[in-house]
Amino acid sequence: MTESGRLAVRKTYKLYIGGAFPRSESGRSYVVTSSKGDFLANASRASRKDARDAVTAARKAFPGWSGATAYNRGQILYRIAEMLEGRRAQFAAELADADGVSARRAGELADAAVDRLVWYAGWSDKIGAIRGAANPVAGPYFNLSTPEPTGVVAVVAPQQAPLLGLVSVVAPVIVTGNTCVVVTSERAPLPAITLAEVLATSDLPGGVVNLLTGRVAELAPWLAGHMDVNAIDLTGCDEELAVACERDAAENLKRVLRPPAGKIDWSADPGVERLTAFLETKTVWHPTGV
Amino acid sequence: MAWFGTIRLVGDAGEVSTLTTSLAEIASSDAALRAFLHGLPGVDRVGADQRAAMLGTRSIKTTAKAQAIDLAISMVDLTTLEGADTPGKVRAMCAKAVRPDPADPSVPKVAAVCVYPDLVAGAVAALRGSGVRVASVATAFPSGRSSLEVKVADTALAVAAGADEIDMVIDRGAFLAGDYRKVYDEIVAIKAACAGDGRDAHLKVILETGELATYDNVRRASWLAMLAGADFIKTSTGKVAPAATLPVTLVMLEAVRDFRAATGRVVGVKPAGGIRTTKDAIKNLVLVNETAGDDWLTPDRFRLGASSLLNDLLMQRQKMSTGRYAGPDYFTLD
Repeated sequence: MTESGRLAVRKTYKLYIGGAFPRSESGRSYVVTSSKGDFLANASRASRKDARDAVTAARKAFPGWSGATAYNRGQILYRIAEMLEGRRAQFAAELADADGVSARRAGELADAAVDRLVWYAGWSDKIGAIRGAANPVAGPYFNLSTPEPTGVVAVVAPQQAPLLGLVSVVAPVIVTGNTCVVVTSERAPLPAITLAEVLATSDLPGGVVNLLTGRVAELAPWLAGHMDVNAIDLTGCDEELAVACERDAAENLKRVLRPPAGKIDWSADPGVERLTAFLETKTVWHPTGV
Repeated sequence: MAWFGTIRLVGDAGEVSTLTTSLAEIASSDAALRAFLHGLPGVDRVGADQRAAMLGTRSIKTTAKAQAIDLAISMVDLTTLEGADTPGKVRAMCAKAVRPDPADPSVPKVAAVCVYPDLVAGAVAALRGSGVRVASVATAFPSGRSSLEVKVADTALAVAAGADEIDMVIDRGAFLAGDYRKVYDEIVAIKAACAGDGRDAHLKVILETGELATYDNVRRASWLAMLAGADFIKTSTGKVAPAATLPVTLVMLEAVRDFRAATGRVVGVKPAGGIRTTKDAIKNLVLVNETAGDDWLTPDRFRLGASSLLNDLLMQRQKMSTGRYAGPDYFTLD
């Protein structure tokens, strides 16, 4: 009890699957500590069955999300940025705990995450202009190539940069119409779950983003081998795990994004590489009316 | 009760005695039938719900699960009952019934396919020699709202076309109005039609429990159908919700167990409708084992009426053999 006589109300950090916040089906949790080693909270430790349920939720959400207009998806991403902005202080405090950075630096990181979302939101209706084409063909046809979302993408979020890194890997996946299952930073999962609260209040349909906290080495291989996952981003895997996952991913020819080993500078200009990694190209031949 | 001795139900300790009155006598008059059916002990609704829910929590893993999946596959009545059914769709379904997973010959074949009467001939041709039986719904399925003549003709048509099993619907209107005699006579007439043409088609009687309102009615309808000669009692048409819930299947399993104790005749049970996942199927198998006993765990005595269930069973089976989660992209659409 605090001095004012009020009981402290602590948040229970749970998973985010299909728009709901369930505990892990396994009932497990693990201790999350600050960069100084102080106890912060118990986070859910997701099991392979939580990963399976998350894939089911992502698959169910895919037709609606990929069928939404690019304009609508951009608006929703912008809405996420708005909601994140409103919780800036909360994120700054969590980042200061997790990364041991100053309050000022933590605020800058939260701002950068908001800006990153806005930046990707703008891409929703422009990526077609970059990746699509009207191809000149030797015949009386219009030949049009357009980018299409790949499907359900498993994302292993970076271990560093628990908010900016997470936003930088999730936003490019969903803005083009994919849905995703994300394994968050194992060391610092709390900002991810707070981000889930932002997502849940941003008009983002349930199941488009699913967040799992827990052991990366336990969850990533199941996602890499899952036959109903269409692509995987191995950013947050260590070298050895990434190799194993890439091998498993070959079973159903998943698209794999495996950035070169080494520290990634998340504050740098991200470019369109992460957008295009999870796109497929559809080409349509249409007779010209003569 | 003048009409029978003691029929003990649901977990009661003690012996189950046989009927003191012959079956023929029960069916001899409307009053006798009515007195018998209303003399059946009532179902404890809360108790039945709770027992079904409790049995649903059993954890079936590894080798037991593998066995349960194969057993469930062999019990499936692969069903298509849509207005848009075509001969081609039925042929495709028959191919799937014989060889559910083309990539894995160790998968057992299903028990039967279930189609509308006009598609029976095609299914029979496609399944000849495979050991998979052909079931046909009949008697103005699914509502059953027609004259007895039409229902008998409907049945005779399906039997003549080669159906091994007939799934008839009872007249729920008559049952709910208390006209048990009419329901009884109809089942007897359809049973006779099943035996026509020198054939002996099995008769499954659909109670459509979703329209019977109470578990007491489910118990009465079960006994009525069994007294009239049903070889199987089936929960639902699949066109009415709720369809095959666990407690309803539990009540019906108790009925067949008590019926065998009373008369010595074995009747099968077929839950149908709403069973979509492997988990649902395994819950049903647990229910059978714990209620009627493990001698009911055979396709001759227990069936699962389903269409989408088979794919989920195959996906679970593949997951157990490959160690990775399966995806629906690698199985046929149905």
